[in-house]
Amino acid sequence: MHRRAAGLLVALLGAVALLWGVAAAPASATTAGPVIFGTIVTPDDEPVTGVVVNVAGPDGFTGSATSDAEGAWEVQVPSSGTYTIALDESTLPEGLGLAAGSERTVNAFGGKVRVQFPTGDSVLKQSSKFDQVVQLTVDGLLLGLILALGAVGLSLIYGTTGLTNFAHGELLTLGALSTYFYATVLSFPLVLAAVAALITCGALGAVQDRILWKPLRRRGTGLIAMLVVSIGLGIFLRYLFLFLFQGSTQQFPEFSGQAGLEVGPVSITPKAIIGALLAVAAILGTIYWLLRTRMGKASRAVSDNPALASASGIDVERVINVVWVLGATLAALAGILVGLTSGVSWNMGQQILLLIFAAVTLGGLGTAFGALFGALIVGLLIQLSTLVIPPELKSVGALVILIVILLVRPQGLLGRRERIG
Amino acid sequence: MDFNGIITQTLTQAIGVSAVIYCLAAVGLNVHFGYTGLLNFGQAGFLAVAAYGLAVSVSRMGLSLWVGVLVGILAAILLALLLGVPTLRLRADYLAIVTIAAAEIIRLIVRSVTFREYFGGSDGITRFADEFYALNPFSSPLDLGVIKFSQNDLWVVTVGWTLIALTSLMIWSLMRSPWGRVLKGIREDEDAVRSLGKNVYSYKMQALVLGGVIGALGGFMAAIAFQSVQPDTYSTEFTFFVYTMLILGGAARIFGPILGAAIFWALLVFVGEFLNEAVNKGVITFLSNTQVGQIRFMLVGLGLMSLMIFRPQGILGDRKELALDAR
Repeated sequence: MHRRAAGLLVALLGAVALLWGVAAAPASATTAGPVIFGTIVTPDDEPVTGVVVNVAGPDGFTGSATSDAEGAWEVQVPSSGTYTIALDESTLPEGLGLAAGSERTVNAFGGKVRVQFPTGDSVLKQSSKFDQVVQLTVDGLLLGLILALGAVGLSLIYGTTGLTNFAHGELLTLGALSTYFYATVLSFPLVLAAVAALITCGALGAVQDRILWKPLRRRGTGLIAMLVVSIGLGIFLRYLFLFLFQGSTQQFPEFSGQAGLEVGPVSITPKAIIGALLAVAAILGTIYWLLRTRMGKASRAVSDNPALASASGIDVERVINVVWVLGATLAALAGILVGLTSGVSWNMGQQILLLIFAAVTLGGLGTAFGALFGALIVGLLIQLSTLVIPPELKSVGALVILIVILLVRPQGLLGRRERIG
Repeated sequence: MDFNGIITQTLTQAIGVSAVIYCLAAVGLNVHFGYTGLLNFGQAGFLAVAAYGLAVSVSRMGLSLWVGVLVGILAAILLALLLGVPTLRLRADYLAIVTIAAAEIIRLIVRSVTFREYFGGSDGITRFADEFYALNPFSSPLDLGVIKFSQNDLWVVTVGWTLIALTSLMIWSLMRSPWGRVLKGIREDEDAVRSLGKNVYSYKMQALVLGGVIGALGGFMAAIAFQSVQPDTYSTEFTFFVYTMLILGGAARIFGPILGAAIFWALLVFVGEFLNEAVNKGVITFLSNTQVGQIRFMLVGLGLMSLMIFRPQGILGDRKELALDAR
């Protein structure tokens, strides 16, 4: 038993490292002196191309860079020191201005130094309160659907095995990173890369269950102990991703900068529409699976009472394995959709994990429908809260609501009283 | 390769400033997780409110450092009450989610541009602990050959280890008292304790406050040692590392968190220094210095997993005593 559980670590490491072996090779080129870099985007997160940035520093150093198709610019400076970075405002597109000045001073001491130039509308765009509410509602539903993909998977796994999986965020990251890998290193078209990534992640979900969680369940490891194991796995995978992928945020090679379509008062990108449709399809598929298929019904029986399910002839371990495949695939899809809108990075999953937990808790731990419902509410709350609180604090609002909900209705909105023990 | 330097660094860090900070956090967490069975994943939040309470009082309101310490302790007590009221009646994993969310709320608020005026945004606040260093009785740095401390670090480390000794002594005597036995009883079987007429909720709350205040001492040491507070120091990762140390040393043991913190730092520093030296001297050519840092943390994750799977009681713990799944 010990050997099997130890074998997991090796196998998991092997599987992921093998997947990334090729990608990791060209990543480490050591250069002299710090790099000053940044990304110029519009307030709607669309990249701005062709903006000139000038850098001046000690010993009469001057350099300049022009933002590329992804809005990114980068200047390599010769040595550590204090540098002045100035953005040439005349190179900004019509109608776009800077929200906070065009000059920055930074102390660069090795590594990479990010310099931000937040943009704003130079002519104040007046949109009515109503239009804002409509736009934020649409944004909120989009975010809610992505959260729902993560939350339903997390909730199914929790329901059938009792595991509070703190490494679920890494399943999202894996989805986005493997898509990026297929699309860049193997040059697949993005759609094909995404499909390949979903299959990879589903398979790895089954592998993870087989070599880690199943042996742990067999030896009767407690739920709290498994929770801590999942935290360890999360830390390990995160730094493995960082090791293989490096710290920067990358865009998928296709569909990265898309202009928004104006539908009435709402601006929405085509990729967001397609993403939302895919998410809805995946969620409807999961609901159909839960309600109508043999396996889905069996999974609900296992969540309800594993012993009774097992006694009625259901192969509990097989059901759990299928649930892991489903959960990992849904999470991977969520990761790909997050990657489409805000880029791929090594800790993207971790950043969104708490919101997924908020959604799951809000809906009631262990209930798949509750998770869906909770995710949509959390998504809407986060976006609509920006009407009254600063956007940078929008996640805080959602987390505060999570705590308040636990205060008044600990079993969640759709949960049953008995579950909270 | 410079083995002398590696060993000096390792031994110095094992009892150094970072080990002291993490150790105090772990001693506090031991009261929560080890003795009472509370799954507090927001220990970083307790350190953060204490450190920021101190820094804001001194540098923004011009109060004395010692008033700042008082403010920090009050903030930690308040946080414990806020967290405890909604969650201590619920199952353990709810407390985990709420505490982790609370710690993130604190971090996001102190690093926000909106409250920059008070908390200094992502740069934090610096230079507020001169009063502490003015009391430094040491007039020269310490150099024992294998252990080296600067004058200021020596003062911080002395105060830190004194605090660790005092809090550990306090916990040792508390856990031998009837009060401590009730806490351990709650960890093993909450309902049994309740049926004996004890107010489980109130005991859990007292444990949460006590552990939180000890964690707050770690927050003060962190703020003072570096003369700065920065929001991203107090991320969830911080709490996870504290858990790793506690489980490594042995939860529900007086020396568990102390040994755990020292060994954790010794190992972390040793692996880092060794690999870095090997990379610098060209012994290892397939890694860069940045990647060495990442490998260290991958090992932390693997270590936490394997500890929990193969030896959940850690080095000093007793497997029979510690039913980790009490709920």
